[in-house]
Amino acid sequence: MSRLLPHPGLSALLVVMWMVMVNDLTFGTLFLALVVGVAVPLFTAPWWPGRPRVRFLPALAYAGVVVWDIIIANFQVAAIILFKSTRDLRPAWLTVPLELSTPEAITVFAGTISLTPGTVSADVSACGKYLLVHALHAPDPAAEIAKVKARYEARLKEIFP
Amino acid sequence: MSGPAPFAELLAAALIVLGASFALVGSWGLVRLPSLMERLHGPTKASTLGMGAMLLASVVWFQLGEGVWTTHELLIALFLFVTAPISANMIAKVHLHRLRTGEASEPPGPTGPPPPPPGKADWATHEAPHQGTPGDFAGD
Repeated sequence: MSRLLPHPGLSALLVVMWMVMVNDLTFGTLFLALVVGVAVPLFTAPWWPGRPRVRFLPALAYAGVVVWDIIIANFQVAAIILFKSTRDLRPAWLTVPLELSTPEAITVFAGTISLTPGTVSADVSACGKYLLVHALHAPDPAAEIAKVKARYEARLKEIFP
Repeated sequence: MSGPAPFAELLAAALIVLGASFALVGSWGLVRLPSLMERLHGPTKASTLGMGAMLLASVVWFQLGEGVWTTHELLIALFLFVTAPISANMIAKVHLHRLRTGEASEPPGPTGPPPPPPGKADWATHEAPHQGTPGDFAGD
């Protein structure tokens, strides 16, 4: 298993990506996709610096949660843009303390925050313990920080143990 | 074959209108919001639900309407989702840098410059990542 497939997750991703990219659902394409999926990780494995452990099932659930949140937040931000006057707008900087420690987990966390409309992650502290987030409308910054941590960071801690 | 199924046609049309409306609202946000950091929130809508809905419309149209297998659009959506936060992050970092150095020609906006993080360290735009932190790639 580990000799032929050093990165099972990467192999699966390559197979799916190849199938999607070739845009053709036949056995010939699937065979080629499998060849690519096995060969590429096998030949590039020596150059991978580290292998973050990823739990795939929680990752799938996480993707579902994020897509749902993106849809909801889109409507909320659309309402803010259309109906809220600049005077009533309460934009704020949020300093989110990080419990995640790996670069991969922090990257996914920051990316999620940027993708959900209404919040953009702007920077990380030099000590790697805080994330700087700008919120379009946050009357209660502490509640916003707690929400982001409970909804995304808690799940990411399970995905990247 | 007598044209695509009416159901697929309706669904695709609804998705295109939804996507276009979000792109329009996102652009309107870009115009009316007070300063750079707030304006940054406009395009995130256009690139997520706006583009997502339009690409989904394309999949629905070809898959259900024309009966052609197509998945290219999902890849476009995936790459957009991976790259959009990075460009937003770079714009935000340039803005922070220009606010600090006083080069900013744009107004700082209602939020002003961000508060420094608790503790001794500064934000990574102004200070190199410390040794042993997740951002420290000097040893790699």
